[in-house]
Amino acid sequence: MKFEGTSSYIATEDLKVAVNAAITLERPIIVKGEPGTGKTMLAHEVAQSLGAEIITWHIKSTTKAQQGLYEYDAVTRLRDSQLGDEKVKDIKNYISKGKLWNAFESNKRPVLLIDEIDKADIEFPNDLLLELDKMEFFVYETGETIKAENRPIVIITSNNEKELPDAFLRRCFFHYIKFPDPETMEEIVNVHYPEIKKDLIQEAFKIFYDIREVPGIKKKPSTSELIDWLKLLMTDDVDAKILREKDPKKLIPPLHGALLKNEQDVHLFERLAFISRRENENLE
Amino acid sequence: MFINFFFDLKQASLPVSLKEYLMLMEAMNKRVVDSFNVNDFYYLSRSALVKDERYLDKFDRVFGHSFKGLENSEGGTEKEIPEEWLKLMGQKYLTDEEKKMVESLGGWEKLMETLKQRLEEQKKRHQGGSKWIGTGGTSPFGAYGYNPEGIRIGQKESRNKKAVKVWDKREFSNLDGDVELGTRNIKVALRRLRKFAREGVESELDLDNTIKSTAHKGYIDVKMMPERRNKIKVLLFFDVGGSMDAHVKICEELFSAARTEFKHMEYFYYHNCLYDAVWKDNKRRYNENIKTWDLLHKYPSDYKVIFVGDAEMSPYEITYPGGSVEFWNEESGETWLTRLLNVYENAIWFNPIPERYWDRISSASIIKQIFSDRMFPLTIEGIDQAMRELNK
Ligand SMILES: Nc1ncnc2c1ncn2[C@@H]1O[C@H](COP(=O)(O)OP(=O)(O)O)[C@@H](O)[C@H]1O
Ligand SMILES: [Mg+2]
Repeated sequence: MKFEGTSSYIATEDLKVAVNAAITLERPIIVKGEPGTGKTMLAHEVAQSLGAEIITWHIKSTTKAQQGLYEYDAVTRLRDSQLGDEKVKDIKNYISKGKLWNAFESNKRPVLLIDEIDKADIEFPNDLLLELDKMEFFVYETGETIKAENRPIVIITSNNEKELPDAFLRRCFFHYIKFPDPETMEEIVNVHYPEIKKDLIQEAFKIFYDIREVPGIKKKPSTSELIDWLKLLMTDDVDAKILREKDPKKLIPPLHGALLKNEQDVHLFERLAFISRRENENLE
Repeated sequence: MFINFFFDLKQASLPVSLKEYLMLMEAMNKRVVDSFNVNDFYYLSRSALVKDERYLDKFDRVFGHSFKGLENSEGGTEKEIPEEWLKLMGQKYLTDEEKKMVESLGGWEKLMETLKQRLEEQKKRHQGGSKWIGTGGTSPFGAYGYNPEGIRIGQKESRNKKAVKVWDKREFSNLDGDVELGTRNIKVALRRLRKFAREGVESELDLDNTIKSTAHKGYIDVKMMPERRNKIKVLLFFDVGGSMDAHVKICEELFSAARTEFKHMEYFYYHNCLYDAVWKDNKRRYNENIKTWDLLHKYPSDYKVIFVGDAEMSPYEITYPGGSVEFWNEESGETWLTRLLNVYENAIWFNPIPERYWDRISSASIIKQIFSDRMFPLTIEGIDQAMRELNK
């Protein structure tokens, strides 16, 4: 079992090595990086290229570790018992399986994506340590032990809002997705839009990377935003020349919504220094 | 060479545990990467040993240093790490039992010692020994009959067109904020300060109420209630005076920990002591300040107040009108602090200066008195105690 990348996803060499280490050693891999750098997509691509099922557990601030194992709905059972419902006799009717359970009972090695783990409480990862290490857990209500037939490939993503506990990190491989440099970005863009014109890419990239450098910008546009933006430019048939516009006010309309998403950033952009830099370059 | 590598990592204070080291060895044994290409080894060891992007740059530097000599030669061909090294490193150097023993004996330090001893032994037996790429010294594996001359240093064609070594590109240098990883401990300590309230969707069984209602009605009547959430509200005040520069790091850590722990948190800056105004942005301190009076009116008294400052100043700055070093204050700092403490019952002062010096700094003693002794050192225990105090 080896991940070699796919035709729809650009995986750098280091990313492939890290993913394969995790697959071979049957340990989780933590993928960290700015939002929009393809962390979630990676898990889907890994699953696809290995022909494996993907099971996604999306973490929210209120998610508890136990929910990944199972939940026992005692309240409904109590209610049902009043109504004399037959279901009451079997406690299993009130146990709903969590994502880990789903992954453990899969008969072919699946990919388990634990997406945005940093959204949860800081103790959340610790609460899953044992289950992910042993790939088994105990169901108190029924007395059964659920053990993974095939240890799932566990891919955990983090946007780095909170630090993860050391004990947890030590058990995982780790990969930090560096924001793609222009060459890699061009490859990514080409995957999405093979037909895109070279000069449009060139002008668009200049603006895109410049915006990312603007000090104080609230929301740096990321890969996914660049891709959406290019799509807009192509559907509106925007000429690359327009992107060479030096007056920031005139340049804003084709950027707004896709690259600059909030008012503050738009204002910031209006007062932008980099425009004058571009101007100087053009004068030379 | 490997041993150097691990020593170097240790020396650069990269937090690498034995568990991770063994994980790397296991990955080598299981041949995660096909050939022992240096780049692959670099990628593999990086993903096994570094778990925080802030350390990546440091790791690159250590790697470059330890594996000097394995860089691309001028012809652009990439050298490979002789497979034997890796095998020996994993197998001969430490047997499975030894690995287990080391793990049970107390981990990394012990392992380092064992490796060092081995290294010494090898050196003795191997006088004058063979020359190794990069180490310029003796082969640590000489005793196993390994002859470097006999090993082909890979001639495989370079997969990466670039002539520069990957780790020498230092792509992660801007992430190395050199921030200590202390915030986790602080967060855990801050968690003491939690006050749960039930709000929102009713998702939990309310047992008491269910029993009550059931008894009353004569049939089981299930009652639900919302989940508990942390409702604590905090006002944080940071001293940004010159003498605080020495404590910037711990303050940043406290700030970032507090921000993730408390959903309702407001922070303000002041200089040395509280007067009639505070501010939120140091660059705009003079045009965009917030009147202390407004603040006292705006935030209800159930907010908890945390001051962070070294309390090191002239006593006049606290006790006299006009005592401030920066402007003419109509009312003394003490007046303002007292005013604030009258509104907020739960308030504490964190002092980053070690506790044993407080008595000798008269301004610190005065502040401590104004705060009715609720001054705590900025240590994990200090934070812990302070949170208990705020919970009262
Ligand atoms: N390496 C890549 N190859 C192809 N597309 C990518 C790549 N990285 C990002 N993208 C694009 O960006 C989008 C957002 O990626 P996503 O996985 O949601 O980011 P994240 O989970 O890191 O926030 C993807 O749907 C894809 O269109
Ligand atoms: Mg995502």
